[in-house]
Amino acid sequence: MSSTEELVKLSASEMAAKIRSKEVSSRELVEAELATIDAAEPSIDAFLHVARSEALIQADAFDRRLAAGDTEGLPELAGVPIAVKDMIVTKGIPTTAASKILQGWVPPYDATVIEKLKAAGMPILGKTNLDEFAQGSSTEHSAFKTTKNPWDTGRVPGGSGGGSASAVGAFEAPLALGTDTGGSIRQPSALTGTVGVKPTYGGVSRYGAIAMASSLDQIGPVSRSVLDAALLQEIIGGYDKRDSTSIPKPVPPLAQAAREGMKMDLKGMKVGLVKELSGEGYQPGVEARFNEGVKLLEDMGAEVVEVSCPHFSYSLAAYYIIMPSEVSSNLARYDGMRYGLRVMPPEGTAQTAANMMAATREAGFGDEVKRRIILGIYALSAGYYDAWYGSAQKVRTLIIRDFEQAFKQADVLVSPASPTTAFKFGERMDDPLAMYLSDVATIPANMAGSPAMSIPAGLSDDGLPVGFQFFAPQMRDEVMYKPAAALEAALQAQWGGPVHKDLKTPWLQDVK
Amino acid sequence: MAEKLMKFADAVAKYEPVFGLEVHVELSTNTKLFCPAHIEFGGEPNTQLTPVSLGLPGSLPVVNKTAIDYAIKLGLALHCDIAEWSQFARKNYFYPDMPRDYQISQYDKPLNGEGYLDVELDDGSTFRIDIERAHVEDDAGKNTHVGGSDGRIEGADHSLVDYNRAGVPLVEIVTKPIEGAGERTPEIAGAYVKAIRDIVRALNISHARMEQGNMRADVNISLHKKGEPLGTRSETKNVNTFKGIEKTLTYEIRRQAAILEEGGEILQETRHWDESKQATAGGRVKSDANDYRYFPDPDLVMVHVTREHIEELEAQMPEMPRERRARLKQEWGFTDLQMRDALNADALDLIEETIAAGADPAGARKWWLGEISREANERGVSLQELPITPQDVADVEGLIKSGKLNDKLAKQTVTGVLAGEGKPAQVVEKHGYQVVSDDGALQSAVDEALKANPDIVAKLKSGNMKPMGAIIGAVMRATKGQADAKAVSTMVMQRIAQ
Repeated sequence: MSSTEELVKLSASEMAAKIRSKEVSSRELVEAELATIDAAEPSIDAFLHVARSEALIQADAFDRRLAAGDTEGLPELAGVPIAVKDMIVTKGIPTTAASKILQGWVPPYDATVIEKLKAAGMPILGKTNLDEFAQGSSTEHSAFKTTKNPWDTGRVPGGSGGGSASAVGAFEAPLALGTDTGGSIRQPSALTGTVGVKPTYGGVSRYGAIAMASSLDQIGPVSRSVLDAALLQEIIGGYDKRDSTSIPKPVPPLAQAAREGMKMDLKGMKVGLVKELSGEGYQPGVEARFNEGVKLLEDMGAEVVEVSCPHFSYSLAAYYIIMPSEVSSNLARYDGMRYGLRVMPPEGTAQTAANMMAATREAGFGDEVKRRIILGIYALSAGYYDAWYGSAQKVRTLIIRDFEQAFKQADVLVSPASPTTAFKFGERMDDPLAMYLSDVATIPANMAGSPAMSIPAGLSDDGLPVGFQFFAPQMRDEVMYKPAAALEAALQAQWGGPVHKDLKTPWLQDVK
Repeated sequence: MAEKLMKFADAVAKYEPVFGLEVHVELSTNTKLFCPAHIEFGGEPNTQLTPVSLGLPGSLPVVNKTAIDYAIKLGLALHCDIAEWSQFARKNYFYPDMPRDYQISQYDKPLNGEGYLDVELDDGSTFRIDIERAHVEDDAGKNTHVGGSDGRIEGADHSLVDYNRAGVPLVEIVTKPIEGAGERTPEIAGAYVKAIRDIVRALNISHARMEQGNMRADVNISLHKKGEPLGTRSETKNVNTFKGIEKTLTYEIRRQAAILEEGGEILQETRHWDESKQATAGGRVKSDANDYRYFPDPDLVMVHVTREHIEELEAQMPEMPRERRARLKQEWGFTDLQMRDALNADALDLIEETIAAGADPAGARKWWLGEISREANERGVSLQELPITPQDVADVEGLIKSGKLNDKLAKQTVTGVLAGEGKPAQVVEKHGYQVVSDDGALQSAVDEALKANPDIVAKLKSGNMKPMGAIIGAVMRATKGQADAKAVSTMVMQRIAQ
């Protein structure tokens, strides 16, 4: 058997191959990851809760199943462990959304995606950190801890899915689930050198994903390879009658598209360069890596054209109306009545339900969450609705049309995933607008409900990872998997391995 | 402090009432509006729940198709425009028994648009109520305040919340402002809500039990003088009896008129009907009312209803109560008064079933509205709750027709059935009820009676038939009521003629 370090550095599909060849058991993989978590957490802080015993029980159950030859219906990634963003409810395992208001809450039910992971025999390693209620772009807004970027622990891992991205980036888990409302999977993936996918809205059930902004939220995979993301999305995707917005269609053949892409032949494919998502505001090192990536796509036979999406420039503004509006309503249920934190009104104040609710929310919500709730209440208020929410919805329609027009000119669209590499802690904390700009390139996909992904495009001049983003038409997720896998293969051929080989991992020395 | 009231007649002579009703009807689906939690009245608190009906983090609503179908049927009965695309919106406000702190309701795109209902009044005339909309929404849970003397939140030391009702589907039927009702305002309002109750029962889409909160109404009313702009209105919430609705309107007309008369101003406020005080009481003043911040619920796709589906449902629609009443009245040959009595006693179905079981309409009516109604009143229960069925009544009528029972014995038989002694045949058997008409016992009883009353015999002989009843009565007493009165009368005539 391999050393723990060798084992945890494998991609999920490589781990799965070893399981199938009986070279390692699911339990050995879980133990290796738990040992890595123990070693890494003091410097990374990716996890809010490690589900040690649950993961081992699930691994043992899978190993027994495998030994008994009962493998029918098991997907390729069966037995491979996974980490889950703490925005997704897990039966019997604490779920907090990184908020004090849910501290100690243990859900009585599983999200649909968790049921699917369990059915697939994939042990859940634990719950990863995030910006409180997925609101932020740096994971600094967690009520409990700040997750560090494994490439430079003085820098943020992005947000809100910084925990999931860092856990995968630091080899604490081969796979993770994230949620992406405005880029919360792709932006942290870009900043940590991992692969992050936001599937088509409605392609993966939201049932059990704690709502931030329902019309934008999407669960998706975080991994270290494009193929792994495809295999994981095939497991968690598909129609769910418990989610009204779920699309009643089968998951497209994603892994097949990724494997097709790995042949590095893109002849006949048209790649559209989104004019509005580059230039001013984009770090030169990011642009350089992005342009090299585009060149590689061309080298593999793709035809590159420039496309214009004129309304993308309004997407950030419209997003910051729609998202907080939905946040203000979705977070109303945290009132101290039924679960989570309850704070009684201070002495001398009337002990009423309304005052209890006010005291609970004052103590339970952080500043960023409060900021967005207030913004949302304002935008939805009678008299302002048409001017704010109504106008923002119109912009949304225009963005959808931009995508439709662009996809008439190209099969797939590309852009950098984040305008900059990972920034330092505190750098944007006191400037919400600067923080919001971190998601400028990722938001259009959420506004349109279309799929998008970020893959590592190498390191910028500052030695930090750069993310390369692909967009595909709605319900055509497979379209982006092919060129993404092709670019990944081309880059790795050039680098002599995945970008992670350049990651310094001092914590792995401590792993036995 | 008692409020000043103007005499009702004076108030409506001086002011024109304009009112509106928002009637909430709870649909009797098996499961809730947005999740598969079962609905059952009177279940143990907090047992009919799913993560969705508790609003747990991550849970999502999915619309119950049956509830939509029920609501469409109601819309069709109210002649509403059924929207091809309707939408659920969030109505944001805090209430301890509302799990998500927003209600899922319909706002600018309701399922049922404009419609109307022709309401039949006691004098046989009709009044048309225009309907603004009938939309679908979910109900909140129920708070119980414990520790106080009267169950109200004031004085209670804690409150319990039961979420069983949270998520139960409701249709809210909103009228347009109703004008021109004048002094008949309370009557029309009561008749309108009753008509809705009859419709939802006929459609079998709601239990429509007002005492269980299956139906409740918010009552709005304002007064103004003819030719002057509309007045400020009050809104009395959750009135859940027909009488309460009528009394609320009467009271509000008298109260508002008294204020206007003194040059005062009506507050736009939410009030409630206090049954014990027989008065409305002021509540929250609307000036600090919630801004509900409605917006389309992003968790729910729009509801799409095709023309074909509406036609399918239309084909399933039963006869509506008003048409049915007209038809039955005609078929049965009842007078207006007889029909109204049957309606008020809620005996229409029973009479219909009794006729179907073989009785004639007059006989069926006589029993259900006579003997049996009296018994129900005494016991304080509904006709349906008594241990007698339409078949039983038809059987008794059959025994009368075949001459096996006379009226008196039939009455005793019905009394026996009501007392739980069994089916009519069993009661007859048990007591040995039978009409005595032609055996020697009857002859001798007649002879005895004639012998004991020579003066009557004399009168009869002289052609004065008036005292015949007294002889029949005497024979009845002698035969314990089992004599056939007709046979007795024939025998007496024969004897006298001899």
